[in-house]
Amino acid sequence: MKVVYDKPGFLRGLPFTYCSGCTHGVIHKLVAESITELGLEGRVIGVAPVGCAVMCQSFFACDMIQAAHGRAPAVATGLIRAVPDGVVFTYQGDGDLAAIGTAETIHAAGRGENIVIIFVNNAIYGMTGGQMAPTTLTGQVTQTSPYGRQTDTAGYPIKVCEMLATMEGVSYAERVSVHRAPEIRKAKKAIKKAFEYQSSGRGFSIVEVLSTCPTNWGLTPVEALDWLADNLIPHFPLGVYKDKFAGEAK
Amino acid sequence: MAQRLLMKGNEAVAEAAIRAGCRHFYGYPITPQTEVAAYMSKRMPKVGGLFLQAESEIGAINMVMGSAAAGKRTMTSSSSPGISLKTEGISFLAGSDLPAVILNIQRAGPGLGGIQPSQADYNQAVKAAGHGDFKMLVFTPATVQEMCDCVFTVFDLTDKYRMPGMLLCDGLLGQMMEPVVFPEPVEGLPAKPWAVNGHRNARPGNLVNSLYLHPEALEARVRERFEMYKTIEETETQAECFMTEDAEIVVVAYGACARIARSAVTAAREAGIKAGLFRPITVWPYPKRELTGAAKTAKAVLTVEMSMGQMVEDVRAALEYKKPVEFFGRTGGVVPTPAGVLGEITRMAKGEWL
Repeated sequence: MKVVYDKPGFLRGLPFTYCSGCTHGVIHKLVAESITELGLEGRVIGVAPVGCAVMCQSFFACDMIQAAHGRAPAVATGLIRAVPDGVVFTYQGDGDLAAIGTAETIHAAGRGENIVIIFVNNAIYGMTGGQMAPTTLTGQVTQTSPYGRQTDTAGYPIKVCEMLATMEGVSYAERVSVHRAPEIRKAKKAIKKAFEYQSSGRGFSIVEVLSTCPTNWGLTPVEALDWLADNLIPHFPLGVYKDKFAGEAK
Repeated sequence: MAQRLLMKGNEAVAEAAIRAGCRHFYGYPITPQTEVAAYMSKRMPKVGGLFLQAESEIGAINMVMGSAAAGKRTMTSSSSPGISLKTEGISFLAGSDLPAVILNIQRAGPGLGGIQPSQADYNQAVKAAGHGDFKMLVFTPATVQEMCDCVFTVFDLTDKYRMPGMLLCDGLLGQMMEPVVFPEPVEGLPAKPWAVNGHRNARPGNLVNSLYLHPEALEARVRERFEMYKTIEETETQAECFMTEDAEIVVVAYGACARIARSAVTAAREAGIKAGLFRPITVWPYPKRELTGAAKTAKAVLTVEMSMGQMVEDVRAALEYKKPVEFFGRTGGVVPTPAGVLGEITRMAKGEWL
């Protein structure tokens, strides 16, 4: 029998612990497929964050380390400096990367560390039960913005790709989404490109993936996909924000 | 014959770390330890090593975590306020069973405090270097030579036990110049099959982790570590005794402060007082048996520290509260004088203790 579709070997085959309709599973698959297709498995060292995605340390079939909240880019720095031919990536959520870990993120980018950051932005803290994140939209209701995010007290959502694209140390920054099949295909392309760049020593890449949190958004999985399209994308436009090597032949 | 060099404590300890096999150093400027970072930035490129100035103390300790996890001998250094920032990372190192060396050239606190020497981070280093149930090896050298020797020992022991270790020094030691003979450079570092450095399709993936969602599993892991800590307490204590054989007043002091106390003990002996000095070199594990032995003939014990009295609690506990233990200290960056310590010894020799 001809196999036309299979789970990438880079995923251990353990059942995912994510909520129904959460798109972490899709993003995990894209990371795993990219690494498998590029034949990088043996060189990979992944850094798990604090938050829902800490569980990725059990799902990816490679060397993994679990960092303190927000510190993944600093841990990744220590790894890539110790293992220069390693394929080092972090997998971080919005609270981890853009709140408690802002300094680590910006300075790893500033140094142009040769790492990949998979930045999963669902505009909310998932693991702790749905609090306001740095990327929570204006007016968005969360557990700690019960009247909707008010800009006069809670400020404005942070646009990470736009910010990092201004930095000389950043090689590649793209925002993608996984709410529809065509977007998933584009997300795959972006993630694969980031790992291609990293594995050929091209420096710091970040792929921001807009993701759902049906549980804490209080929506069904299908409604969550629509909410992402209708609300997150207008505020966080998809696209390439920086690509130092655009147009270069591989 | 090995060369004898005159070096500042901060520079000597950096050179010693390199000779002990450290090739990954992550630093951040803070007085009075900045010379460590400056020396590393100059020397590391010459020996094929890495000096990286981190964005913060937090960044530095987490970079240490990355390189340590990759199997490298790794170090960071700072001074008191910066060490406070590193405590999160130290807890993660301990919880992830990672070896790494942290150097604290103590200054006065709390808060921004002052930049003069202090020993007021004893409790932080020994009792609570971060959240959770764990211990860290803590060495308290008293000379520039001993700083260098201790770096070798602490790197070996952190690798042996897979745990963080600290050199707890102070601004006096960091800033003073003394002659030093470096031990021979270390060759052939221990293998670390647990390291995360890419499985190279030759083994299953390794995991460096401190998360245990099942309380029984976490308790079991912590208990395993505490069994190991018990072994360390039985086998790895270090201390020095000076004239304690017949001493009626035993002074207990560590680090630079112990040298001041030693002068006072010598002066007391000259004045006919049977005084002695007990100097812990490890403060975790605390040399309890050695102290009990050294205080055998003591009528009273005097603990001298550059703090309001932190180690003194360990001295009382080690002696099981059976001997009078008094405290003399200066804090805020003020260094006690030999005369000040001698005054206390003299008073106590007359049988005056609280």
